[in-house]
Amino acid sequence: MKLYVPLDSAAVAVGADRIADAIAAEAASRGVEVEIIRNGSRGMVWLEPLVEVVTDAGRVGFGPMTVADVPGLFGDLSAHPKALGLVDQLPWMKGQTRLTFARVGVIDPLSLEDYVAHGGLVGLERAAKMTRAQIVAEVTESGLRGRGGAGFPTGIKWKTVSEAPGEQKYIVCNADEGDSATFADRMLMEGDPFTLIEGMAIAGLACGATKGYVYIRSEYPVAIRVMDAAVRIARDAKVLGPAFDMEVRVGAGAYVCGEETSLLNSLEGKRGVVRAKPPLPALQGFLGRPTVVNNVISLASVPVIMARGAAHYKDFGLGRSRGTIPLQIAGNVRFGGLYEVAFGLTLGQIVNEIGGGTASGRPVKAVQVGGPLGAWFPPSLFDTPFGYEEFGAKDGLIGHAGLTIADDSTDMLAMARFAMEFCAIESCGKCTPCRIGAVRGVETLDRLAAGDASAIPLITDLCNTMKSGSLCALGGFTPYPVMSALTHFPDDFARAKEAAE
Amino acid sequence: MLDSHVQSDRITEILEAHKGLEGPLLPILHAIQEAFGYVPDTAIPQIAAALMLSKAEVHGVISFYHDFRSAPAGRHVLKLCRAEACQTVGADAVADRIKAALGIDWHETTADGRVTLEPVFCLGLCACGPAAMVDGRLVGRCDEGVLAEVAK
Repeated sequence: MKLYVPLDSAAVAVGADRIADAIAAEAASRGVEVEIIRNGSRGMVWLEPLVEVVTDAGRVGFGPMTVADVPGLFGDLSAHPKALGLVDQLPWMKGQTRLTFARVGVIDPLSLEDYVAHGGLVGLERAAKMTRAQIVAEVTESGLRGRGGAGFPTGIKWKTVSEAPGEQKYIVCNADEGDSATFADRMLMEGDPFTLIEGMAIAGLACGATKGYVYIRSEYPVAIRVMDAAVRIARDAKVLGPAFDMEVRVGAGAYVCGEETSLLNSLEGKRGVVRAKPPLPALQGFLGRPTVVNNVISLASVPVIMARGAAHYKDFGLGRSRGTIPLQIAGNVRFGGLYEVAFGLTLGQIVNEIGGGTASGRPVKAVQVGGPLGAWFPPSLFDTPFGYEEFGAKDGLIGHAGLTIADDSTDMLAMARFAMEFCAIESCGKCTPCRIGAVRGVETLDRLAAGDASAIPLITDLCNTMKSGSLCALGGFTPYPVMSALTHFPDDFARAKEAAE
Repeated sequence: MLDSHVQSDRITEILEAHKGLEGPLLPILHAIQEAFGYVPDTAIPQIAAALMLSKAEVHGVISFYHDFRSAPAGRHVLKLCRAEACQTVGADAVADRIKAALGIDWHETTADGRVTLEPVFCLGLCACGPAAMVDGRLVGRCDEGVLAEVAK
């Protein structure tokens, strides 16, 4: 009997390890031989722990599993109370276009054989037969843009590094996924680490870089363990070697290190303080040498682009947002998880049709798109199509494609205050608008909460200063959640005043 | 508490093991914290000398990052996520009840040295919040029940 029990953090956090132990114990007591594979998550977090049993018809899912549901797995499977049917046929799975996440949840994350059997290393093998310029051209042609949030064309960044003079160049993967509502990087690293390794190796070939680093945040212990093991396996199998090798490095709890120059300082062993640009990291990055800094999903999308060709990837999407995007649907939502799909669904489709509305059953009040630095969108903007420019046009951003859904019990003034408080805690301190502005922002919002409406022009002015005067996106984008809350939910900001009167 | 010579020898070993790394300071600090549970002040001159940095630079790095502590934590470390996704499913109320039950605020340790309570901004469990981490273990859909895990 062959079963899959996820090792993914979200599954483990709701009891997957206990389920795996219970299955092993139950099997032993029944004298049944079982093979338990610890896979990544399929992304249906509301069904975790999701156990899959391999049958002649395919992989049948059971979830959310409790220890009490385990003995039933050894009986009539169709009668099991948690039976979901064939996992591939579930609507959540069938609705997706899984390119980057094709193998996540499907394979054994630490089996290179499994990886190759599911199309792994095809992209790297093709890239190895191409010139540097050809690889860069292929990635540029695919339309892939930085999935960390900035949306900068990946191919153009690679071209700069590829053509930069320098004996030693680096590929740095930004796996400091600190935004609330985002977990795509984590899921990819836990569920299919070889894809990231392959993507980095291709980037190395394209740019003439022989060394790579994955900077993973310390809050992701499972991802660190899986990536570390995968790097060792890839090295033993000569996928990594003298031509390109890499190391896993662990962050230390600073949100700002998700900003690329701050990350580079941290990687060098310094305080994670933001650097002024120019010089661009592409020219003077890690240790002052030419460096590609790309997000996990950007790099992990490269193997499929190289394997199937730029045109295949580019065919998906909308406007200048090409390819697919792994949506992370989170917060107060009925069906939360990861859903990879072409750009272009409307926000309303994502929240109501895929997410199924709130978990609390109350009306959706607002959705924060793009993490703690993203704008809050009210239902009146639910017709906005999911794309970089489309969200920009509505004074928002898609960021790393995380969505926090909030119901009507949410106090938007409190959320605006939290954005400023978070910025004050996490500011690196280098630039004044962020370091001082965030503290003043908290104070000003407290004045508003106490009923002082004269603070509204002040907070608006402060947000403008932070937006145009900050060195990086932390201070520069904190105004998004604040101003969007103020603009779209003025009642929450006026209520306190009425109470005071 | 370890004897200071033993401590110093262990730090020397750690420094030795990280020779040749590019940008070795964070890996070194993580290793020291793993060995002792915190980064002792006495480690600073030793690290500074080995990496040819000033003591101020090493102190500056230690104090910049939330992860590194200068004193031992309680027997258990309970981290509760304070970020937006967890807030939308009631994390603030859970945190308030846990603080009241323990009688401490963020960054504090109970008088008996049992639990240190810390905020964390996102554990990547945003679709199964409120999220927590208990001594390195992840907990989703967390409520006050998590206190049972730090009871002893």
